Amino acid sequence: MASGVKPRVKVPKTAAAGEAVTIKTLISHNMESGQRKDKEGNVIPRSIINRFTCDFNGENVIDITLEPAISTNPYFEFQALVPEAGEFKFTWYDDDGSVYEDSKKIALG
Amino acid sequence: MELTRRNAIILGASALFVAGLPKQSAAAATSDELIAAFTGGAEIGTGDIKLTAPEIAENGNTVPIEVSSDTAAEILVLAMGNPTPSVATFKFGKLAASRAASTRIRLAGTQDVVAIAKLDDGSFVQASSTVKVTIGGCGG
Repeated sequence: MASGVKPRVKVPKTAAAGEAVTIKTLISHNMESGQRKDKEGNVIPRSIINRFTCDFNGENVIDITLEPAISTNPYFEFQALVPEAGEFKFTWYDDDGSVYEDSKKIALG
Repeated sequence: MELTRRNAIILGASALFVAGLPKQSAAAATSDELIAAFTGGAEIGTGDIKLTAPEIAENGNTVPIEVSSDTAAEILVLAMGNPTPSVATFKFGKLAASRAASTRIRLAGTQDVVAIAKLDDGSFVQASSTVKVTIGGCGG
């Protein structure tokens, strides 16, 4: 069970209709790869975030499958089209079944 | 067979050989299998895919990479020298403004990082980049 998981997302507050905006996301997470060993030499079991998705008003922007080779505190940067005012929804899926969510509103301006 | 010293050495060596073999072929098969699973056995060409990675990474725990393409629907990233080669799969949705994304990955040591893209027309292209790693990122 990962503790202290905290998603952080950076989205501009406003955008012109049809504009492409850059989105940066980061979530604090150990991303235990399942390769490391503790002091006694026992393998620490894998515990990672295995999927991340971003949607805007129900339409998918990006869907990423993560493997243990993604660094601690997984970070993603990508671009999304903003056809209208609405809300970005970010979802992270943990190996242990937890789902972390965050959302950001964007207005036309 | 009589267990002479010579026989014991031969036995030991062949046991080592047999033990060592599956591990290596398993690792090799995994990256090949992953590619085959992704492409469905289709030919992989070169073209509309760009992989940006540093030439030298001091810390293998966090190596910044970027993949970009104009017409990719999906991009698979593999680190050929890692204990498990798969790194990530990016699927771009309807509202993706550009078929590009950047992230940070772990590399166990100096190796090739490969990006394979499935283009909108169903063909596959790949790009690779060699990254020199000073400190490996697998806790070894």
